[in-house]
Amino acid sequence: MPEDVPAIELDGVVKEYLSHGETVQAVKGVSLTIGEGEFFSLLGPSGCGKTTTMRMIAGFEEPTKGLVKLLGQDVTDVPPNKRDINMVFQSYALFPHMNVWENVAFGLRRKKVAEAEIKKRVGDILEIVDLTGREKRRPREMSGGQQQRVALARALVNRPRALLLDEPLGALDLKLRQQMQTELKRIQREVGITFVYVTHDQSEALTMSDRIAVMNDGLVEQLADPREIYERPASKFVAGFIGTSNLLSGRVDAADGDLLVVRLGEHDRILVPGTAAVGDTVDLTVRPEKITISTERPEAGLSMVQGTVGELTYLGTYNSYAVALADGTEITVFQQNALDSSTTAERGDAVWLSWRPQHSYTLS
Amino acid sequence: MRRWTPYWLALPAWLWLAIFLVVPIAAMASVSLTTGNLIDGFAQTFSVSNYSDAIAKYSTQFLRSLLYGGIATVIMLVLGYPVAYWIAFKAGHRKSMFLFLLLLPFFVSFVLRTISWGFLLADDGILFGTLKGWGVLPEDFHVLATTVAVIGGLVYNFLPFMILPIYVALERVNPTVIEAAYDLYASRFATFRRVVLPLSLPGVFAGVLMTFVPATADPINAQVLGGTGNTMIGNIVQTEYLVNNNYPTASAISFTLMAVLLIGIFIYARALGTENVLEAAAR
Repeated sequence: MPEDVPAIELDGVVKEYLSHGETVQAVKGVSLTIGEGEFFSLLGPSGCGKTTTMRMIAGFEEPTKGLVKLLGQDVTDVPPNKRDINMVFQSYALFPHMNVWENVAFGLRRKKVAEAEIKKRVGDILEIVDLTGREKRRPREMSGGQQQRVALARALVNRPRALLLDEPLGALDLKLRQQMQTELKRIQREVGITFVYVTHDQSEALTMSDRIAVMNDGLVEQLADPREIYERPASKFVAGFIGTSNLLSGRVDAADGDLLVVRLGEHDRILVPGTAAVGDTVDLTVRPEKITISTERPEAGLSMVQGTVGELTYLGTYNSYAVALADGTEITVFQQNALDSSTTAERGDAVWLSWRPQHSYTLS
Repeated sequence: MRRWTPYWLALPAWLWLAIFLVVPIAAMASVSLTTGNLIDGFAQTFSVSNYSDAIAKYSTQFLRSLLYGGIATVIMLVLGYPVAYWIAFKAGHRKSMFLFLLLLPFFVSFVLRTISWGFLLADDGILFGTLKGWGVLPEDFHVLATTVAVIGGLVYNFLPFMILPIYVALERVNPTVIEAAYDLYASRFATFRRVVLPLSLPGVFAGVLMTFVPATADPINAQVLGGTGNTMIGNIVQTEYLVNNNYPTASAISFTLMAVLLIGIFIYARALGTENVLEAAAR
């Protein structure tokens, strides 16, 4: 039985730069595999090494250490023009002196594809990205969203083994960006090509990806599907970077089966799955929308903490409470604006916060 | 009233142009149609034959000037483009230093620079004299007073005017566009030919204009570095004007040269300045 060969494989990839006479590690050892047809995102703040990682996959940077494999073949030393991978650049990088048709046909012409075949493939791809009829336009005569789609077509028309996208939606306004997210997903399904998507926008990554590698400081912090990344962040960094998280820190008071009992204040009792010795200090996280806010003491079996409502913000679909605990920790709570727009508590009220033990996680 | 403000503001510039360009040119045009001499004075006779006579008499020098100017421009393009390319893409943070070095010779007068080349190239000068002394070059070897010296002088004197506009055009090329071409299966050469070169053509256009026109009309290089067989049209204008005091002929030659250059520039602009060339390069 033939083995399922991954589209892209990074094996212990390190990239060092010489900056002002000092060696700087932009990527400190990344190993990952990206499956055929997968929508894979590299997510992280600027300077985390995600762009350098992508440029090594494209061939623009040569790794200092490690291997880059494409469909099982070592391509570490293969230049970009010999690599069956194409890229959509952040600034689109369209050829300003060529019209849409010539831009899209550029790669096929360099590969010496027959002119009739070029005609057909360029026509087909322009239809997919909805630019039929605009073949003669110059890039500067088009809107940002249209240029974006030309850049996409110019890469996809070559039917590469994988498509790399470097923050492709960064320059678009919010409305257009959301439209293009849906559009990108549709196009990816239609052409069935592996997408590697680099972004610092966590909501973009969560919306579109099959799997996400969250990067920080040159390393992958967590590699999982969006649900797992959001629900079970593996580290403090991931919890803080993805969505809004509440970080709590407390002393383990007892172990109750596979739950730890963590105490913050006198009446507080947090139950959290995990393993730690009694007396240890643990960090844990819980998402704002998992927390229930009430003025009465919650039922036993839930995690509960007491606090005072500080800021209360009305955000349309939900209310956001900033609740200060006795030790000064601030907890954010989202309450769905469900049936009526009334709020449970007002500024200055003493409240109980509660959540199910399985909605919180200890962090390493 | 408001909408006239921009025109009022432009008035000094228009006045400048009128006084220092239109008036002298009109005066020169008028002179080119007169007959007479310095002692008896010049009378306006609308003598068009001044032109036909001048062209007939100096056609050799006209053609020679266009040829020298053309050859020098081609050499400057071939030498200047790689220099501009190197400064734009490879010089890194030393860019401004190299640009300064390029302009450094301009701190010395044009005539003086040309004369120093005369010293350098002299038959028994520092360069050839020494080489001849060592027996590297034959005794009768000489460069001064030849076509090579004149064209070489033109190239040396006008080269920065070729490099600078090309550099400016290359500098404006977005580096990610070059990466995009490389990513789309273009070799280094194809990237240059299909992307970098077409995008730098406006600079090439400007560079050729800024070198061909002054090189063709230049009298100094032919005078200092050339021999009797290298006289250019600029020398003729100079002689007719300053030595023979034949103002009508000198003016007629000047106008003929101007017309030839303008027509040449127009044809050249139609060929290179339009987007046709760019589109051809895109295939």
